[in-house]
Amino acid sequence: MTEIFGSDLIAKIIIPIPIALWIALFALYAVLAERKISAWIQDRVGPNRVGKWGLLQTIIDAIKLIQKEFVYPIRADKLLFRIAPYLVFSATFLGYAVIPFSSIYIGVDLNVGLFYFFAVTSLGVMALLIAGWSSNNKYSLYGGMRSVAQIVSYEIPTALSALTVVMLSGTLQMQKIVMQQSGGIQNWFIFGGPGDVSKYLLVPFMLVSAVILFISTLAETNRTPFDLPEADSELVAGVHLEYSGMMFAFFFLAEYAQMFAVSALVSTLFFGGWQSPFGNLIPFLNTPGMQFFWSLIKGLFFVFVQIWLRWTLPRVRVDQLMNMCWKYLIPISLANILIIGVYIALK
Amino acid sequence: MKYFKHIYQAISTILIGMGITFRHLFQKSVTIQYPEVRLQLPERERNRIFVNIDDCIGCDQCARACPVSCITIETIKAVPGDIVGKTGVTSQGKKKSLFVSKFEIDFGKCCFCQLCVFPCPTECIYMTDVFEYSSYSRDGLIYQFSDMTPEMVEEKKKKLEEYNIEQAKKKEAAAKPAGKPVNIQPPEVKPSEGENKAQ
Repeated sequence: MTEIFGSDLIAKIIIPIPIALWIALFALYAVLAERKISAWIQDRVGPNRVGKWGLLQTIIDAIKLIQKEFVYPIRADKLLFRIAPYLVFSATFLGYAVIPFSSIYIGVDLNVGLFYFFAVTSLGVMALLIAGWSSNNKYSLYGGMRSVAQIVSYEIPTALSALTVVMLSGTLQMQKIVMQQSGGIQNWFIFGGPGDVSKYLLVPFMLVSAVILFISTLAETNRTPFDLPEADSELVAGVHLEYSGMMFAFFFLAEYAQMFAVSALVSTLFFGGWQSPFGNLIPFLNTPGMQFFWSLIKGLFFVFVQIWLRWTLPRVRVDQLMNMCWKYLIPISLANILIIGVYIALK
Repeated sequence: MKYFKHIYQAISTILIGMGITFRHLFQKSVTIQYPEVRLQLPERERNRIFVNIDDCIGCDQCARACPVSCITIETIKAVPGDIVGKTGVTSQGKKKSLFVSKFEIDFGKCCFCQLCVFPCPTECIYMTDVFEYSSYSRDGLIYQFSDMTPEMVEEKKKKLEEYNIEQAKKKEAAAKPAGKPVNIQPPEVKPSEGENKAQ
């Protein structure tokens, strides 16, 4: 990027802007998509009054939220209460720094990119706890506590399943991981990555890995069926109970931004990131411009699966949540690591 | 073994559920876009009541049948020779002898039971298919069906009064020659004495 803008500093200032715009646009239309898909799944119509097919609905909603008064609970910790939504959002936004959107577009191509991603996205849990604690409301606090318990537990299977890719690629650098998956769909890590025919032995294990990564990132974004921290019917709304107006909107923005971030992560690690599925058969589909298209379309597909799952499954109980993590996901991903380790050692 | 069975069950049932929701994604919605699309109402639907005041004879039977007393009727007797309404008869040819000075239905109270419809001898009160008549105030739900203006009511009342006085005079004139006492006073009872005795 430095070559294009001439100065390193200017490039550093300009690079995050399209990402921020994308997050805002994505959050607006992901909310609409969520409502539309939920409506279609339930044989309803969904929002269709504001604009053609309701396309302006969420924009109107956002304008309404901006206009709203910001209400403090009287005994809230004002400072923490105010900064919590911004902290939640910035933790998510920091994660976007290492997501490769194209071969020429990545915030920072850190050599520990994957590690950095897990490190900063788990900062969000601290902000959620701050929000729950400072609201001085028992439901908010319960929501905050639950999200800590949930996210801290699910960090482990997330990291362990991502580790399988790291073992195969031998790097934590996001661009390098994507580069290794070039040359078409058969070189994606879900199909064992680049290598000789024996790599196809890995397909079932990589599939398990990808599914575990998807499930545990679902839990980290607090989405149904793991939406215990905000469980509407038990905790009213969890941590965002006391928030109003723009502060509330920031929690939503962060949640949807996180949805896309983890979807992009899954697609980067297992589904070739910005690589075209046709490899170099059609060179046009692998130009930097089209790479944006591929990375976004893959991310959006996993966002769709998240929404789809949300309207299929009911919420799990706390004990089921913990059982699933500690008794199923972690042992399976450990076994997975062992098998892939054995494969690498024998090769 | 149970462990793997659990995993298998979880995955297979989730996939079945996702398959069902995915099929529903493309199904036609069951929503009826109400103000634009309206369902055919059933033949004997019970909604807002209408009173055809031209046929009303002011018999008060609907008001008495009403279980929630939402109908209020006030009538004035017609003086002989006066024509009630435009023709003085209902559409079935029944003679009308009462001016209906007030026919008020409070739809805030009405329970749409249709019990007022059956006793009506002239079938002038009936259910319509109008159900969209919400109002910003409770007064907006009180419907007046009488077609008489306040002036007309005053006029008819005066007329009746004059007629009554006239009739009373006639009666007096007819009664005097017979020498009958006009008023027979009942024997007076003094309540204060009775109370004292009881004590």
